[in-house]
Amino acid sequence: MLDRTKRWGALSTRVGILGVLTFFFAFPFVWMLITAFKRTSDLYDLKHNPFLFYEPPTLEHVKRLFFETLYGQWLLNTAFVGILVVLITLLLAVPAGYALARLTRNWGAKLGIGIFLTYLVPPTLLFIPLSRVVVNLHLDDSLWSLVLVYPSFTVPFSAWLMMGFFKAIPKDVEEAAMVDGYSRMGAFVRVVVPISFSGILTVAIFSFTLVMQEFVYAVTFISSVRNMTVGIGVPTFLVHGDVYFWGSLMAGCFIASVPIAIIYNFFVDRFISGFTMGAVK
Amino acid sequence: MNSSDSIATSAQSFSPRHRRGSALLDNERWLGPLLLGPAVLYIVLLVGVPFLMALYYSVSNTTTGGGTMGFVGLKNFTAVIGTPKFQTALKNTITFGLISQVLILILSNALALSLQTNFRGKRLIRFLILLPWVAPISIGTIAWLWIFDSTYSVLNWMLRLTGLIHGTGYMWLGLPHLAMGSIIAVNIWRQLPLATVILLAGYGSIPQDIHDAAAVDGAGFWRHFFQVTLPLILPITLVALLFGLIFTFTDMVIIYNLTRGGPFDTTQVLASLAFYTGIAGGDLAEGAAIALFLFPLLLAIALGFLMIAHRTEVT
Repeated sequence: MLDRTKRWGALSTRVGILGVLTFFFAFPFVWMLITAFKRTSDLYDLKHNPFLFYEPPTLEHVKRLFFETLYGQWLLNTAFVGILVVLITLLLAVPAGYALARLTRNWGAKLGIGIFLTYLVPPTLLFIPLSRVVVNLHLDDSLWSLVLVYPSFTVPFSAWLMMGFFKAIPKDVEEAAMVDGYSRMGAFVRVVVPISFSGILTVAIFSFTLVMQEFVYAVTFISSVRNMTVGIGVPTFLVHGDVYFWGSLMAGCFIASVPIAIIYNFFVDRFISGFTMGAVK
Repeated sequence: MNSSDSIATSAQSFSPRHRRGSALLDNERWLGPLLLGPAVLYIVLLVGVPFLMALYYSVSNTTTGGGTMGFVGLKNFTAVIGTPKFQTALKNTITFGLISQVLILILSNALALSLQTNFRGKRLIRFLILLPWVAPISIGTIAWLWIFDSTYSVLNWMLRLTGLIHGTGYMWLGLPHLAMGSIIAVNIWRQLPLATVILLAGYGSIPQDIHDAAAVDGAGFWRHFFQVTLPLILPITLVALLFGLIFTFTDMVIIYNLTRGGPFDTTQVLASLAFYTGIAGGDLAEGAAIALFLFPLLLAIALGFLMIAHRTEVT
């Protein structure tokens, strides 16, 4: 009997914790969705229950977002920077991860940790000198400045993650390939890379989300509205003055956050295993 | 690849011509640095050099306009330390970071423990939990700006509904203590997912036998947690904590979007002050000096990571 009450207690505690925290996590996104489709008159009537639609839902906010602001352009800019940064990251981090896992002896582990530590040097420390570098290269107010600078935080962590992935592959795989006549490099490119596809995909998704997350560099380097990424366009340009278009703002927030989260979710198991394998082995 | 192919290629690899052509690609002494070189070079150029530049700026009198780069010694640091703005920012950074991390450690453990058993809808719950971390942070905070809105705050509406408050409600971002509380809440919202995910991996790596043995010995929930589970997940908890600290101390997005450091600098932290001074204010040197005060802290965190790396290598 006592056991039973105890079990009920444990279950209700668990349901309570999950319920409250899940609500806390998900609420802003639910709130974005409700706000985005509510008519302005409904939205700003203080007598209304904010969760209910007193008037039929509307697309006016979404239309304004795409036709009267540069939101679409910002999405394209973000995709442009994201894809290029992912490519650069893979080109630099995949070979580096392999070298750290296999081709370096004692100094490899130390160098690996050194590379990992550079990930901890934050943009808030580097944005001031980098703003000068960007100006000197005549890249200020250009998306190319972001393409140049973003790999500085995607490469270290990605190399570290790839090192973990490669270490998990049995050495026999390459040895067999080398017996078959591949050079070490050939074994890496033709045999190891294909079987590490899930690791590489994890790094690609991870880098792309980091690009979408980045704020400090973008807000420092980019000044004209047309060149903004979605992460700075929405908060700096749409939130201007005291007249906020909350409907359009929330539509913009929802479109820029939830789809990427859904894609990410498909990879999350690989990501978690990669993350912890890299970070704690 | 069929067997005759592989015999052909392995025979070929013994021919002298083939070996000379791939000597570089086979020599591990050269191949390692060759594969590692581009990444290391990039990191040195875009992290190492700017870092040294930041060090130099902090002892110079440089501004965004360029011009002079004279050496002024520690003048920037001494000038900065004396200002009330800096002292408030330092105090706020510590309050903001510590309260956030303590709450994140408690809540992430509670969440990870709650997610230990399988149940229907677990995948959906996990997706929802991960949302704040995956969603671009600057976008997510805008939703909070709307939730905290001075006139239309849905939070005030919900509190009124439950009878906790009457009248118009709180100005969440307008009053000093409430503003600090609000940005801490948003920071927890943002970072709890990552800590939970890291801890979940830690809990998952504990062999079931250990839990079974503890159950056979009759350990209750709390004893089981403090004497069996917690010691085993301590290293990975440290990883979660270090990531949390670094993201909290170096991030300024939440503050930039929600309070801009206000009201009256009560939510200004070192990272945001460095931005407002160095970029918005145009004083690169002083901004760099402020940002560098984060460095000892980052060094301590880096040493923490080194300790973990060392321990995992030994065991």
